[in-house]
Amino acid sequence: MSLSNEQVNRLARLARLAVSDEALDITRIQLDGILALIARMEAVDTTGVTPMSHPQELAARLRADEVVETDRRAAFQAIAPQAEAGLYLVPKVIE
Amino acid sequence: MSIAPLIDASVASLRQALDSKQVSSVELATLFLDRIAAHDPALNAFITLDREGALAAARAADARIAAGQAGPLTGIPLAHKDVFCTEGTLTTCGSKMLANFTSPYDAHVVGLLKQAGAVSLGKTNMDEFAMGSSTESSFFGPTRNPWALDCVPGGSSGGSAAAVAARLVPIATGTDTGGSVRQPAAFCGITGIKPTYGLVSRYGMVAYASSLDQGGAFGACAEDCALLLSAMTGFDRRDSTSLDRPPENHAAALRASVADAARPLAGCVIGLPREFFAAGMSAGIRAAVDAALDEYRKLGATTREVSLPNAELAIPAYYVLAPAEASSNLSRFDGVRYGHRAATYADLDDMYCKSRGEGFGAEVQRRILVGTYVLSHGYYDAYYLQAQKLRRLIAEDFRRAFAECDFIAGPTSPVTAWALGAMSGDPVQMYLADIYTTAVNLAGLPALSHPCGFDDAGLPIGLQLIGDYFAESRLLASAHHFQQATDWHQRRPALSQCVPDNIAKTRT
Repeated sequence: MSLSNEQVNRLARLARLAVSDEALDITRIQLDGILALIARMEAVDTTGVTPMSHPQELAARLRADEVVETDRRAAFQAIAPQAEAGLYLVPKVIE
Repeated sequence: MSIAPLIDASVASLRQALDSKQVSSVELATLFLDRIAAHDPALNAFITLDREGALAAARAADARIAAGQAGPLTGIPLAHKDVFCTEGTLTTCGSKMLANFTSPYDAHVVGLLKQAGAVSLGKTNMDEFAMGSSTESSFFGPTRNPWALDCVPGGSSGGSAAAVAARLVPIATGTDTGGSVRQPAAFCGITGIKPTYGLVSRYGMVAYASSLDQGGAFGACAEDCALLLSAMTGFDRRDSTSLDRPPENHAAALRASVADAARPLAGCVIGLPREFFAAGMSAGIRAAVDAALDEYRKLGATTREVSLPNAELAIPAYYVLAPAEASSNLSRFDGVRYGHRAATYADLDDMYCKSRGEGFGAEVQRRILVGTYVLSHGYYDAYYLQAQKLRRLIAEDFRRAFAECDFIAGPTSPVTAWALGAMSGDPVQMYLADIYTTAVNLAGLPALSHPCGFDDAGLPIGLQLIGDYFAESRLLASAHHFQQATDWHQRRPALSQCVPDNIAKTRT
């Protein structure tokens, strides 16, 4: 199967990636190539096979509910593109 | 005497030179920093050099050595792949997205090596967000292969591999999601190991595909890798997949005595998957791998054919699972809390799209789009779930094979280093070159690559040894015995061996 430019635009929209009109064709062609590679696994019969999400079958660890980290807000916000008064600044979203 | 010969020394020899006060850690750091200054402009193996930080750490190491409190790596120079967060210096991940990112904390691995007294010289170049097999997708330009400057060093940890191969640093860290330690080790003629998934904490290691990402070690030889890996492993509560196991001293395992010194690998059975020795491997690689297997047999090992019938499905399964996890992991780069933010935008949504569109390079965008596609409504079962089922089949193949053998051997890569640019524009062609490495990550097994010869063009060839879970010590010991009997790991690329006058100091 191959993707349409419309489908690529939709994927880019879902992924919040601005793909320029000039890059659209080459992106679509390369995605088609990758999807064709992936399609090789479609023919394999996997009836009854349990999916494996992780190499070690680990249960989530539990720990005591106690404070283990200190407040480092200033250090974390120092690397933000825009922060002020302890807040991350973004364009207005509510009119 | 001059300390210049120490650029070629093993970590154990450097340890001896430091402990015997033949050289100080500051002198050693300076020796390698000056070598980086001389040769890295041609190689581009480093993104960031930290001369001041290195010299400060070296002075502290010298104090520790003087106080008789040195550990195996105290005062030893190393470099970190730029995927590991380092507090106070840039961590770029090879991306414009993080080109100005200074981490507020150290990765667990970085912290462990600091505590061990190792001296970090800087951060090495890599494929953007570790997505690639050639280090060409770095925002900071490609790294070049020290054996042939017009060839790639492999990837994604190409900067670390090239730096160790060119002796710009004795050892370096890397990460391996689909072969990113083993394949560059093979391309650059050095040794590299990826341990069992869960042994090296992923805390502070910028995530690509979390169920596959694993830290690893580069060195000229298995012994150097053993020393570095031993210091990198250990339980970390901050990584939910970190395994709580007793610490292992891999280097001690290398030195363990064997019953028959001439045949140290007696009793060891090496499985040769018929699927790895089928078509697709170049003649030069075939010859070098066969010769290496002969050497292993001389050392006492026996070989037998095994089968990994689903091995060919590893690439399609990998290129579903890794992009799917990547598309999720990389959603954190939104231009709000850290990383690149576009200069102009209409609203919040436009800010996300432009910041990500500008900050990510082409290969990262492709993988995010593929991941978004395979996870999108209506396709999940056909792609992601099917790939997870194949992952089970692949892991089961290995389990059956390890009932018949101790290790699995084969080439690390079907090709040697290719020319810069030869694969750009054809991502699928590059993905297919991961044929021997990705299955190991899907199963979460440990594996190493060690040099075993050269092709007609003089480019290094690597042999991959895959072990069962937690077989790191035995893998490294086997490679070590091979290296005691051969000298491939001692071959060095013909960089200009002259060192600047100011570091060729004499000492009595």
